[in-house]
Amino acid sequence: MSNDFIRSLPGHERDLRASWFYRINVDPILFFLLSAVVIYGLIVLYSAVGQSDTLFQAQLVRLGLAFAVMIVAAQLPPQVYIRWSPVVYLLGLVLLVLVLLVGVTVKGSQRWLDIPGLVRFQPSELMKIAVPMAVAWYFHSRPLPPSFKDVCVALAIVAIPAGLIIMQPDLGTGILVAGAGLAVVLLAGLPWRWILYAFLAFAAAAPGLWYTLQDYQRQRILTLFDPESDPLGAGWNIIQSTTAIGSGGLFGKGLLQGTQSHLEFLPEARTDFIIAVVGEELGLVGVLGLLVLYLLLIGRGLYMAAEAESTFGRLLSGALILTFFVYVFVNIAMVSGLLPVVGVPLPLVSYGGTSAITLMASFGILMAVRMHKAW
Amino acid sequence: MVGLAIKDPNREKQLFASRALALFVIILGLAALLTLRFVQLQIWEHEAYQTRSDQNRIQIQPLPPPRGLIFDRNGELLADNRDTSSLSLVTERIDNLAATLERLSRLVGVTPADISEFENRLRRKRRPFEPVVLRQALNEDEIALLAVNRYQFSGVEVTTELIRNYPYGELFAHAVGSVRRITETDLSKLDPVTYSATKFVGKRGVEKFYERSLHGEVGYQQVETDAHGRIRQVLDISPPVAGQNISLQLDSRLQIAATAALGDRRGAVVAMDPRSGGLLALVSHPGYDPNLFITGMSSEQYGEMSHSLYKPLFNRAINGQYAPGSTFKPVVGLAAVVERVVSWEDTIEDNGFFKLPNQDRIYRDWTWTVNNSGGQGTVDLHRAIYRSSNVFFYDMATRMPVERLVSFARQFGFGKNLSFDIADASVGLMPDPIWKRGYKGEVWYPGDSVNMGIGQGDVLVTPLQMAVVASTLANRGTLVRPRLLLSSDAPLPEIDPPAPLPRVEGPSPQDWENMVDAMEDVVHRGNKGFRGNGTAWFYIGQDISYRMAGKSGTAQVIEIPQGEEYDADLIEDFNKKHAWFIAFAPADDPIIALAVLVENGGGGSEFASPIARQVIDAYLLPQLAAR
Repeated sequence: MSNDFIRSLPGHERDLRASWFYRINVDPILFFLLSAVVIYGLIVLYSAVGQSDTLFQAQLVRLGLAFAVMIVAAQLPPQVYIRWSPVVYLLGLVLLVLVLLVGVTVKGSQRWLDIPGLVRFQPSELMKIAVPMAVAWYFHSRPLPPSFKDVCVALAIVAIPAGLIIMQPDLGTGILVAGAGLAVVLLAGLPWRWILYAFLAFAAAAPGLWYTLQDYQRQRILTLFDPESDPLGAGWNIIQSTTAIGSGGLFGKGLLQGTQSHLEFLPEARTDFIIAVVGEELGLVGVLGLLVLYLLLIGRGLYMAAEAESTFGRLLSGALILTFFVYVFVNIAMVSGLLPVVGVPLPLVSYGGTSAITLMASFGILMAVRMHKAW
Repeated sequence: MVGLAIKDPNREKQLFASRALALFVIILGLAALLTLRFVQLQIWEHEAYQTRSDQNRIQIQPLPPPRGLIFDRNGELLADNRDTSSLSLVTERIDNLAATLERLSRLVGVTPADISEFENRLRRKRRPFEPVVLRQALNEDEIALLAVNRYQFSGVEVTTELIRNYPYGELFAHAVGSVRRITETDLSKLDPVTYSATKFVGKRGVEKFYERSLHGEVGYQQVETDAHGRIRQVLDISPPVAGQNISLQLDSRLQIAATAALGDRRGAVVAMDPRSGGLLALVSHPGYDPNLFITGMSSEQYGEMSHSLYKPLFNRAINGQYAPGSTFKPVVGLAAVVERVVSWEDTIEDNGFFKLPNQDRIYRDWTWTVNNSGGQGTVDLHRAIYRSSNVFFYDMATRMPVERLVSFARQFGFGKNLSFDIADASVGLMPDPIWKRGYKGEVWYPGDSVNMGIGQGDVLVTPLQMAVVASTLANRGTLVRPRLLLSSDAPLPEIDPPAPLPRVEGPSPQDWENMVDAMEDVVHRGNKGFRGNGTAWFYIGQDISYRMAGKSGTAQVIEIPQGEEYDADLIEDFNKKHAWFIAFAPADDPIIALAVLVENGGGGSEFASPIARQVIDAYLLPQLAAR
């Protein structure tokens, strides 16, 4: 059944090349879509880094490493993931507690662990995969749709690390980690009714939550509604990014021709705000092209998840691909002024290594689930 | 495990598939939302954002016009422009501001005052990445040092602009005036377009009066800038039009001579060409260096200057108002002749004092203190001038109604500013009964007329006004407007030619010649004993090679009351009388007329006339030698 999709493609031949992919447990369709997004991203990035060879090559190396991580992750049988899920999760919790106790403070937030001799790293990044794994592990051996008790346990598994991350404080990552865990609960068959109740409860609590936010977080939300209220401060980023996107028009100003990015009006042009460079230089056509590639990738991912034989494989794969979409949506919505500014890079396109490696690792897990047939 | 018993793999798989499908629909919905947002930004609102992006990128920058140059009559530069460089910091590009300031101050002079000024500027609202000035007026060495060490500093910039420069410094401060940095108050009065790039505006003298012409027209350049305001390329340029160059009547050699003649005394010299009204020298001493107002000075420096008892910022030549003393006598004499209360032949007996009928108060002659020998004897108008008899003029002033005397005197410009282009000149005061009633609430007493006869009482004049009196006498009644402008490359908009002045009416040509003769005797009549010599002869008339006509004056001062604020010697100094001398030469065909005032200088003949002689010598002797 797993090959039905491929066989159904017109003119498909099971050629040598495809079989070579299968031999190293790589899903060729997912691989090609990933490559397309990455190549598209590199073209835009070349412009966004101001045609700097050193920066561009550094990113090439990082992406190479990320692909390697994906292939390694694809080789591990799902049994390994399921066995190690609780261990990785508990290790992550310990690290998060350590961060709060002995972490390095950067710009007012304790997010980093400084291991002497090693680089600094953020345990919260690990939790983006460890939390959905733990929830999928929990549901794996229980009947679905989940009972009320199981949902409560699952929510606790999600809430503890998310709470620890929010205490750093890093609200953005905390919400994304929680989102990844909740995606598993959602996919496990949580009744829609409960989801509706949760939404209503959240809406009712929203005014109260406002007072728990830090000043800078409130400022970001207010800026969203009225960027002109502080055009040189908090509103600067959003004014400049919407200006970049809007001025691109249908076909854009042309690659390397974006004035907003090249004249440095657009902040963070090569990292979080790179979609504004796409919008400015390649126009609406360029943005929609990238969006379509993302949707194909997500569609393929969801299909692969649905086809998986094990509950664990399905839930984990589905949650990871949903999380991927959340990153895409939050980033693009934030840059285009629909959501407050949070530090989420555009998946596989933004300059930087951590996010690309985490994402490619999750795509590796998707492939592992699919290619190890018993699972 | 209990759960395993009721786990249904197929049902779970179907449940997942339906969930995945539902979520994919939601995903497509959210993707459609994003698409809608981008269509809104990139299609519907594209033009607005396009404009906004261009506004970001393309700046219209005003370019300041170079200010017009000011020359003297010989083509000497009195005001030009020079480059000045300032050091600015872009704090956003500096990681450690304190360390950068530390290193910069080791490289170039940065005083704690500079740093506190810099911190003030830093606190003001500004664009991100906008440079903030740290030090102005960098010298060549400092610019070179900064250029060599540029690679060590990020966020440190050196910018250059044109500023006004007065090569003669203090010499022409009061004559040419100066520009000052534009303040908030100025901005409300100046045209925002014309002045969009200008940092200085004429605040005194010629610089103020001819501001419109000297300023020039602002230019523009269209530039592409980055977010830090740095110019990447110039797209279009419309150059500024330099201000008009103007030449002044001033003669820098005469200005130097007049300043030297005054020496370190407080006072003023105003010399003009009686034929044209052109001001050849306009000196007020002490002065100040106008360049300090441009390159900046400390608040202590400014405080010292503005609170000094010697008032260096005060332009005595046009704003100093003093009693004219005996220099007023030629006017009174001519009025008496015109009013027919005396003829050139009539005489009076000067016994050294004057009394009004039925009054006890004694008005004394000036000789009372010099030589108490019973007055000047028999005096006619001619002798009353060269001997400066007070008694004669006390008598004359009481012989005619004060209104007649005042209206005659006003023809010489008393109480008015007759100047062509000195808008700030004071008008002095020519009192009359109406003024006295209105201002002092008193009636006009005969004693007031007596005092006015010798230029005392409430009469106030400026040195500029007395120079006009001198040139009117030199011209035998023809008035000319004093003016600073000699010529310009093109007609100046400031000039709306004022109506020509009427001649002084009343005196016949013979009256004028008689008065000039009497004034010549002030200088030239000598070797005839104390009662026979002109008052100034002893001081300036013994070795003079040309004919000069003059009149000395010694004006009483309003006494400074004794107090603890100033020391006694200083008060004594400030209570001394002011010394005046007005003169013109050559007497029969005058080409220079002047007024000299020395504050608290003492007797006019002794202290002011030698200054007048030096100035006229400096102007006339080279010209006479050339003939």
